[in-house]
Amino acid sequence: MSDTHAQSVQFVRDTMIPEQDAPITEKGAVKWVRENLFSSWLNAILTIVSILVVYWVLAHILPWMLGGIWVAESLTQCREIRDASGIGYDVACWAVISDRWHQLLFGFYPSGLYWRPILTLIVFGAAIAPILFSGVSRKMLLFSIAAPFLAYWLLWGGSIWGPVAAALGFVIGWAIMTYGEGVLGALASIIAALVVPILYWLFVAGALAGVLQDFLPIGIENIRSDQFGGFMLALIIGVSGIVLSLPLGILLALGRQSDLFIINKCSVIFIEVIRGVPLIVWLFTASLLLNYFLPPEVSFDLMLRVIIMVTLFASAYIAEVVRGGLAALPRGQYEGADSLGLDYWQSMRLIILPQALKISIPGIVSTFIGLFKDTTLVVFIGLLDPIGLSNAIRADSDWNGIYWELFIFIGLCFFIFCFSMSRYSQWLERKLTTGHH
Amino acid sequence: MTDAQTNPKTREIDRSQMAVSDEVAIDISGMNKWYGTFHVLRDIDLTVNRGERIVICGPSGSGKSTLIRCINALEEHQQGRIVVDGTELSNDVKNIDKIRSEVGMCFQHFNLFPHLTILENCTLAPIWVRKTPKKEAEETAMHFLNKVKIPEQADKYPGQLSGGQQQRVAIARSLCMRPRIMLFDEPTSALDPEMIKEVLDTMIELAEEGMTMLCVTHEMGFARQVANRVIFMDDGQIVEQNEPEAFFTNPQSDRTKLFLSQILGH
Repeated sequence: MSDTHAQSVQFVRDTMIPEQDAPITEKGAVKWVRENLFSSWLNAILTIVSILVVYWVLAHILPWMLGGIWVAESLTQCREIRDASGIGYDVACWAVISDRWHQLLFGFYPSGLYWRPILTLIVFGAAIAPILFSGVSRKMLLFSIAAPFLAYWLLWGGSIWGPVAAALGFVIGWAIMTYGEGVLGALASIIAALVVPILYWLFVAGALAGVLQDFLPIGIENIRSDQFGGFMLALIIGVSGIVLSLPLGILLALGRQSDLFIINKCSVIFIEVIRGVPLIVWLFTASLLLNYFLPPEVSFDLMLRVIIMVTLFASAYIAEVVRGGLAALPRGQYEGADSLGLDYWQSMRLIILPQALKISIPGIVSTFIGLFKDTTLVVFIGLLDPIGLSNAIRADSDWNGIYWELFIFIGLCFFIFCFSMSRYSQWLERKLTTGHH
Repeated sequence: MTDAQTNPKTREIDRSQMAVSDEVAIDISGMNKWYGTFHVLRDIDLTVNRGERIVICGPSGSGKSTLIRCINALEEHQQGRIVVDGTELSNDVKNIDKIRSEVGMCFQHFNLFPHLTILENCTLAPIWVRKTPKKEAEETAMHFLNKVKIPEQADKYPGQLSGGQQQRVAIARSLCMRPRIMLFDEPTSALDPEMIKEVLDTMIELAEEGMTMLCVTHEMGFARQVANRVIFMDDGQIVEQNEPEAFFTNPQSDRTKLFLSQILGH
């Protein structure tokens, strides 16, 4: 089809070459298989060996998993059923899951009140939706603000006026911040917005809740923290840690970048000390040492202490991840914002952080996933997380000696949560792409 | 870079509004700046009247960018006074933010905000600094985007625009704050040759409307046509300043002659 005259220098094309179909080896499944599985002899051999290995592994695991026994009273009964059926290989005893799933999910929470954690999960889902997805109505954010107090009340119960009185402290702080600037000036209003709510919580909130409860008693049954357990516990610690550590981590990252000497050094010391010590040490500190330092009449809920420690630990990591994002921004972005007359907080909020956080998404989500999995460490200080409950279940003579089935179930549940976080972060990264870099 | 290539001589310049008034816009006296121990700016005295178009040129490292960046406090000076529009630059953050909102600046690398659309880039500062209602800010933004001839790009992101378009957006973004003074820090140095003209045309239009401008640039054609004063800097000092015609045809200092022969001589 070539009409080029190689022998002469001058050339003018007079007929255009029509487009043709690519050969069969260049498209579809054939191309994919050739390029990815059999591109050379070595690759072909490796492909075949890999297929054999995968087959061998699955051939052993799948019959064990799929042939599992779901209905039995105990491990012994499981074995009897298996032997009676006459299959020649071992099978899983999933009966432990169907027998004890409620413990793995809710710990020793009273079984009549399971609706409360379930409702809390729904409240949490509704509260997080407007934060995760921009398509959801912005008005839902008001609900997101109220949700933590509602969730606390649903889970722990007691009088509704406790959480209401606590929430009122935030409203007071917000009101002073918003309306106080004209009266008090910028700095004084910030200080007042911090100090007044703290004084309120210390001296007024408790009494106010008591008065309101006497006046209009609304409440549900109180559940103590030591009845919490299972995935409910892991989720409460994990979600609280995630929600609280992100803003704290961002502030620490900004502090570490700050020119103000004291703020800068405090942030650096905090980050390095927290990061330099293993989480398990901090958890032991929370469970044992804090009691020595606090006056004996102060009873500080162990779960609350754990949440605080996990939050501080994760925030140090978040701070470093966000600092990486801040450092990755070109200096011109700071100068562009400055040259327009934006003040520090405006330029951080509108220009710098949106970009820095976008860059940091993979690191932030990794930290969150790590935090969520690390909640299993609380088993060492006596909280009944899923791992702790698997020990408790084995302590029962019915299920003594069962390991794999429990750990597979626990692992699967953790995987579902962590994998969804990972997929969400990838989706968010794609959504925020605006065609630069 | 030859004169012919970058000379924006497409039309006659309308000089009817390009009057220099007696009112002082920027007054710099005895200003010194150091980077650590390195003395970047030495004893700078410069008075700019309203309506002046000043081109600052000089070899790289001569401190010309640093000088105009001191005017809106992107760089801190250690000695001397800078008074912009009657407000003295001091360490007071309020003063600095006020001056910055009155003085527009265009950068070599545009410094648009890549996570915001063109329109959002232009309305951000009016909304947050000037507290302009959103609708009004958008109208102003569209007005200036029209002026720099890219209203159709308003909903795109900076990453989707060419360099020349981005720089014109950057100019529009500054203009949305209705500045009384514009600073240009090598606005065309990062652009492909065919895009330089569109940016210079925009700058010429600004000059025609009587804007007070300080431009650090190597575009000598622009300097000749538009500037009323050319300043040559070397080693952190103002070495020579003159009207453009005299500056180019009859430079006095040896360093100026050497510099001009190097940038015009090929």
